[in-house]
Amino acid sequence: MDNLLPIQNGQAVSRADIPDLDFTVFQESVLDATRHSGFVVQFFAYEDEQSTLKLIAVIRSGLKIYVAGCSLADEYPSFTPECEKFHMFEREIAEQFGVRPKRHPWLKMVRYHANYRGKEDVFGNDYSQDIPGNYPYFIVEGDAIHEVAVGPVHAGIIEPGHFRFQCAGEKVFSLEIQLGYQHRGAEKLLEQAGQSLHRLPVIAESIAGDTAIGHSLCHSQAIEALAGLEVNEGAKIVRTNALELERIANHIGDLGALSGDVAFNPPFNYFGRIRGEFLNLMLTMAGNRFGKGLVRPGGIAFPVLEEQRKIISDKIADETPGIVNVCDLLFSAHTVLSRFEHTGTVSRANAEKLGLVGYAGRASGLPYDARITYPTEAYDLVEANKNERTVGDVHSRATVRREEITHSLSSISELLAKEIDAESIPVPAVYALAPDSFVVTINEAWRGEVSHCLLTDKDGSILRYKVKDPSFHNWIGLAMSLRNQGISDFPLCNKSFNLSYCGFDL
Amino acid sequence: MLKVIQNRLEQGYRTTKYPKESISLYSRYRGLPIVHQDCDKELARQCAEACPQQAIDAEKMVIDLGRCTFCGQCEIQSQGKFVTFTNNFELGTADREALLTSGSLPDLAEHSKQHFKSLFGRSLQLRQISAGGCNSCEADTNVLGTPFFDLQRFGIDFVASPRHADGIHVTGPISNNMKAAVLSTYEAVPAPKVVIASGCCPISGGPFWGSKDIVGDLNSLIPVDLYIPGCPPHPMTTLHALLKFFK
Ligand code: SF4
Ligand code: SF4
Repeated sequence: MDNLLPIQNGQAVSRADIPDLDFTVFQESVLDATRHSGFVVQFFAYEDEQSTLKLIAVIRSGLKIYVAGCSLADEYPSFTPECEKFHMFEREIAEQFGVRPKRHPWLKMVRYHANYRGKEDVFGNDYSQDIPGNYPYFIVEGDAIHEVAVGPVHAGIIEPGHFRFQCAGEKVFSLEIQLGYQHRGAEKLLEQAGQSLHRLPVIAESIAGDTAIGHSLCHSQAIEALAGLEVNEGAKIVRTNALELERIANHIGDLGALSGDVAFNPPFNYFGRIRGEFLNLMLTMAGNRFGKGLVRPGGIAFPVLEEQRKIISDKIADETPGIVNVCDLLFSAHTVLSRFEHTGTVSRANAEKLGLVGYAGRASGLPYDARITYPTEAYDLVEANKNERTVGDVHSRATVRREEITHSLSSISELLAKEIDAESIPVPAVYALAPDSFVVTINEAWRGEVSHCLLTDKDGSILRYKVKDPSFHNWIGLAMSLRNQGISDFPLCNKSFNLSYCGFDL
Repeated sequence: MLKVIQNRLEQGYRTTKYPKESISLYSRYRGLPIVHQDCDKELARQCAEACPQQAIDAEKMVIDLGRCTFCGQCEIQSQGKFVTFTNNFELGTADREALLTSGSLPDLAEHSKQHFKSLFGRSLQLRQISAGGCNSCEADTNVLGTPFFDLQRFGIDFVASPRHADGIHVTGPISNNMKAAVLSTYEAVPAPKVVIASGCCPISGGPFWGSKDIVGDLNSLIPVDLYIPGCPPHPMTTLHALLKFFK
């Protein structure tokens, strides 16, 4: 780690302090840090003021976070053959900047758009064709093999994506997931709109609407670090509670959906309704069921006072027994367990190799939880959660969610008991970003590690805005979970991960 | 089995009586804005300046609900002097222009095309297309199927195949990568068909306005019959719009 600079979550550093290494040294150091115990938080390219292409790596290892950088040529030896954790990051860089990672084992486009530098396309596309352009899907050959193609438009009310299964009878050998349909240029927009900073929170909370709080927290903390804004204790508690409410709403919704997928209808309906109650609690604070509008750089946009706190604590007291009972109903039904157990297993070894995060990682035995490892907001007041079943199957992912619901309910109640009225920030907020600076923020949103990374130029304008949703790590986990699985278990496996298309596509 | 019965009793009957009985949302919910026409022009201009969505026309004193994300900043900034957001969730309109409002919207029932009512009044099947948004619109459309709203009791449902549908319900700013899918889904729906734009995204690009990776305005691709503003629209906004427009 000697060549890497240790940094803190959400604390700005001068860009000049980031080690600018020789590429070979950079590669060796970063691979050393990630091959075994370390994980990739961010790995991205940007053009500096002189239009030199630069590479930045943010690595987490144990309780530490490190950063380093180097210059990047139009080709470089891929990191992925040495360490799989880089596979998607390298594809993203190739797509965004027209840089070829040589000997990348599976170099295909990520979101299907022309690169930012007008360089020759690494994938040979001219973007006159529709997605996926000239990409031939991965094919398993053989007399007994058949292919199933699903999407982009799916049967329900869900986001678009394409799934290509290679099967023998019912059994899936390989699943390839092609996303990009939701790509709306969020990162570029965050950079352009950076001239009018007040647009940024609105874009940030629409990166993934079910993670509006997670992404707007990462955004706000980054701006707070760069602009030197202080957030008061009350607002921190509100923001923590908002993130936990978001977690509860999503987990409850997913447990219901999992129940629906195994045709056990009572919990499906009850959890569907109960999820709504938690969205309504979000509305109680934010005026919006997804919490949009609440978190803003400097604090919160709406005060959360005794009245709102009481509505929330009463509702939680009201709903908790029902949640416990419906969970018990779901997790004790043997018809449910026989579908959940040993389905869609991702081993700990694979989860670690691929760098899975969030409940998907925890269900496979990787305990990482950013709330504990790199606490932000009021998380130093919250006790760690423990997970009992961690064998990597659907049942583990469901159980982790159940445990997290219980944990979040009690964390919110504890925090609500602290009698702090949380005042809102003055509007319009006026601030400027520190020049030539770098900041990375990490939060454990409901799906896992969300991270935003900002670099400013000498005028304090945003030079690069990098967003990472946990889905960026985890989609490959879903593909792995389907190997040698019955194709009819796809909906169940999919729901147990419930990954974000828009958060991935940006 | 006992647990099933016990939970059933505990959970009880939860479906709303709306529209027979009115429903009121918590005061903090931001629905139809009322623009105060007597407001100082300078203050209105400041609000327009600060609006992240460029949704405010300070000269005409209107807010474009097709652009507004209902973030509430203008209300806070003007301390309610320029605009106050009421908790009236009835926001759907049949034409784009009507969304530029100072606080009163045309009665949707009167403006809907009458043949839609006779064709789809008793049964309306929609194909939802998610096209580049943030997935909140989809999520809050999905909840219409939960016991509280129970959309199916009105003969309205979301179906899997466009061939079985009477129309499409589009969310998201129509990313370039979804344009072809939107058009082919639209084509696959048998005519006569309805097109619903839900959320500010397919009306104006929503939070993503100005991105070169989106289409933004659905109406520039196919004719839109019903606009449902919001970011996302509250499920009650969607429910109200569907009932008024088709029933
Ligand atoms: S509520 Fe609407 S009009 Fe007001 S600032 Fe927000 S987006 Fe603009
Ligand atoms: S309108 Fe708002 S809530 Fe709906 S998809 Fe667009 S950004 Fe998301």
